[in-house]
Amino acid sequence: MTNIVIEPIHHEHPPTTWRTYFTFSTDHKVIGIQYLVTAFVFLMLGGIFAMIMRGELITPESDLVDRNVYNALFTMHGTIMLFGWTFPALAGLANYLVPLMIGARDMAFPRLNAAAFWMVPVVGILLMGSFLLPGGPAQAGWWSYPPVSLQNPSHELISGQSVWLVAVAISGVSSIMGAVNFVTTIIRMRAPGMTPFKTPVFVWAVFSAQIIQLFGLPALTAGAVMLLLDLTAGTAFFDPAKGGNPIFYQHFFWFYSHPAVYVIALPVFGIFSELLPVYARKPLFGYRIVAVSSLMISALSALVWVHHMFASGTPGWMRMFFMATTMCVAVPTGIKVFAWVATVWGGKLRLDTPMLFALSGVVMFVFAGITGIMLGAVPIDIHVNNTYFVVGHFHYILYGTVTMGIYAAIYHWFPKMTGRMYSEGLGKLHFVLAFIGTNLNFLPMHPLGLQGMLRRVSSYAPEYAFWNVIASLGGFLLGMSTLPFILNIVGSWVQGNKAPANPWRAIGLEWLVSSPPPVENFDEIPIVISEPYGYGKSEPLTSNLG
Amino acid sequence: MKLWNILLLIAVALGLTAVSLWMGQQAYSWFPPQASAESKLIDGLFSFLTVLGTFIFLGVTGTLLYSVLFQQAAKYDMSDGPPIEGNITLEVVWTVIPILLVVWIATYSYNVYQQMAITGPMEMSHMHSMASAAPLDAEDAMTNPIVLETSPEPAEKIEVFAKQWSWVFRYPENITSSELHLPNNRRIRLLMQSADVIHGFYIPAFRLKQDIIPQQPINFEFTPIRLGTYRLTDSQYSGTYFATMSANVVVQDPEDYQKWLVDAASRKPTVASNQAAAEYFRESKKPIKTSWPTVVPVEAPLVNYHSEQDKR
Repeated sequence: MTNIVIEPIHHEHPPTTWRTYFTFSTDHKVIGIQYLVTAFVFLMLGGIFAMIMRGELITPESDLVDRNVYNALFTMHGTIMLFGWTFPALAGLANYLVPLMIGARDMAFPRLNAAAFWMVPVVGILLMGSFLLPGGPAQAGWWSYPPVSLQNPSHELISGQSVWLVAVAISGVSSIMGAVNFVTTIIRMRAPGMTPFKTPVFVWAVFSAQIIQLFGLPALTAGAVMLLLDLTAGTAFFDPAKGGNPIFYQHFFWFYSHPAVYVIALPVFGIFSELLPVYARKPLFGYRIVAVSSLMISALSALVWVHHMFASGTPGWMRMFFMATTMCVAVPTGIKVFAWVATVWGGKLRLDTPMLFALSGVVMFVFAGITGIMLGAVPIDIHVNNTYFVVGHFHYILYGTVTMGIYAAIYHWFPKMTGRMYSEGLGKLHFVLAFIGTNLNFLPMHPLGLQGMLRRVSSYAPEYAFWNVIASLGGFLLGMSTLPFILNIVGSWVQGNKAPANPWRAIGLEWLVSSPPPVENFDEIPIVISEPYGYGKSEPLTSNLG
Repeated sequence: MKLWNILLLIAVALGLTAVSLWMGQQAYSWFPPQASAESKLIDGLFSFLTVLGTFIFLGVTGTLLYSVLFQQAAKYDMSDGPPIEGNITLEVVWTVIPILLVVWIATYSYNVYQQMAITGPMEMSHMHSMASAAPLDAEDAMTNPIVLETSPEPAEKIEVFAKQWSWVFRYPENITSSELHLPNNRRIRLLMQSADVIHGFYIPAFRLKQDIIPQQPINFEFTPIRLGTYRLTDSQYSGTYFATMSANVVVQDPEDYQKWLVDAASRKPTVASNQAAAEYFRESKKPIKTSWPTVVPVEAPLVNYHSEQDKR
């Protein structure tokens, strides 16, 4: 439980030039920023793919890209946004913040940490490189359901699909390595006095998310390897023509890939729980139950995967069982939402950029939660399964909630990470464009889905044109909205105003050290004596620091 | 002051309820026409969830919006808000209410699903009499004439064949068609089969969908209730020409349907037009094109009946 190491554990210097970020550094703060910047590059790539797709969909006919190009684009968009943007971005935030928040000098296994990070660029190079293969990249969607994913029309051993499977397996191994590291760090390296109920909610959330990685990822990775064997070595796990069962693959895939949503969402819930008290100047309402509800979500997440397969080869009893479990998720998530609202209520709000992103993230999460319950109801899912209603729903999660939450976190901790303040004006411009763009892009997908427009189509019936035009315009606006962000981050990093140790007057161990923190984080390991979020209580957080 | 607050809260709740009920009514207009008995059940459930969802969404965002508008800190006010850390009663209430709501929604959904009795995977042969004759909730069935109208034994049995990328429908006496003709107000049972990959049978106007899995014939039941022409689309991504894989669905009066069957039987099988095959053999004129190989579409099907509308 304690870690009072006096001798230095790093033999390197704080990053003085940008070149540090291209080395095999074992400093969790350098690795955190490496993850974040790499992930942002992936966000741009995935975003460009999305904008080409929105360009195709602005008219009903297939008239911009070949159909197999369109299929490759949505396959790569989904893959890159999940394995390249959300996972690495959140791994980056967790890497940077968890050791600081728990009063540790680094992660438990610094070299494993660096190795896990450097696998991410490998995944990216494999995925992007597959565009150069004669058969093109994978075109079976990010689910890669067999038998479509086994068809391999190029007949090459090294096909887009096999490269994709190798990339996913490497990404899985990288995440498992990260998960071992996070779980160990959080259990073993918390500062003295930091009992579970003195631990920040973000740390609780990262812990809950990484537990999911440990039990879920082996299933996905095994499924990917079996599919790779079917594709390249002639086995027949999933090939119905040879007696295999393609539905088994769906179980392997979703057993992890639904919980994966919570791996992504839980840390973002943690971000909301950290930020709202700071900018509302009030303690987190119901801190203990909010903390525990993350673990409840983790546990439930293992029991809901079949709701992705309601329209698949799923018998009636299984549809009913997984409908019940799926709806149960509403209870712990509801607890969180109500707690956030109560935290904000009656506070002294400061609408700085991080708060704007966090509040809008909460609002869009509530919307996504409601459509999520609708999708959980089997009869409705029978209608809207695989339509744009689903696409709209999960983009409200993955952009409206997760990406907005990541932006909130980046702005909030930017002064800590860089020692510079960002430009509030550019931040607010970014917020306004992103908020309008998100809703313009993803809200129209709901009526389209209810009308019956399917996802993954490169052409559609003319009656769906109106909402598609709106969605496409929203998509382009969303793309533009990242420009002020890039300008802000790059400009402020180079010549922003110097940031003090604690510009937000926030409570938390990371705010007790300088901005940016020294290599060893804490000269003296803090001794925690209070619960977090003591706003309005004027009690010290530690007995020896600050 | 306290009474005033309670009255205000009640007024807000009533206002929210009114708006939510109105949204619930609007919800019906977001769908295609109700062309199957099942669609009425599904739209009803969706409308109910829209009412609940609107109430919750407006309640939560309204509260946040109020805080944003009226509870901002003054410019030089550096003080903190009240250090309220929680409230057990409130926390119990907002745990129990979602639990009750979830039970309510799940029960309602369960009943709707039982009434639909669409059969589906792994409920073939021995299950059909149970599924159609006895929607499990007998009371609901009594109050719902739609279900009572369905005969215990489906009137029409039609085979559906999906392959990359065409639909073929086979009627008794080996009559084949590239268009799905159905008699109105009759229980239909499809036996669905795929020749290659997983496809999905989906008619938005019917609100019904079922994946078709190779090597696993699946029964699927429903009742059309509205004359007209609708679209069937492939709902499970099936490769390059996935988006082109659609067919007309024509719901006819039973007499017209019989006439159509007789007419179709008299025709010699001819090749139906097929968009996937046509596109495959045509040179692409799109700005962004590649030479990536693709699965070759199967030959356009030979059927007794195919409509002019198939030719696009």
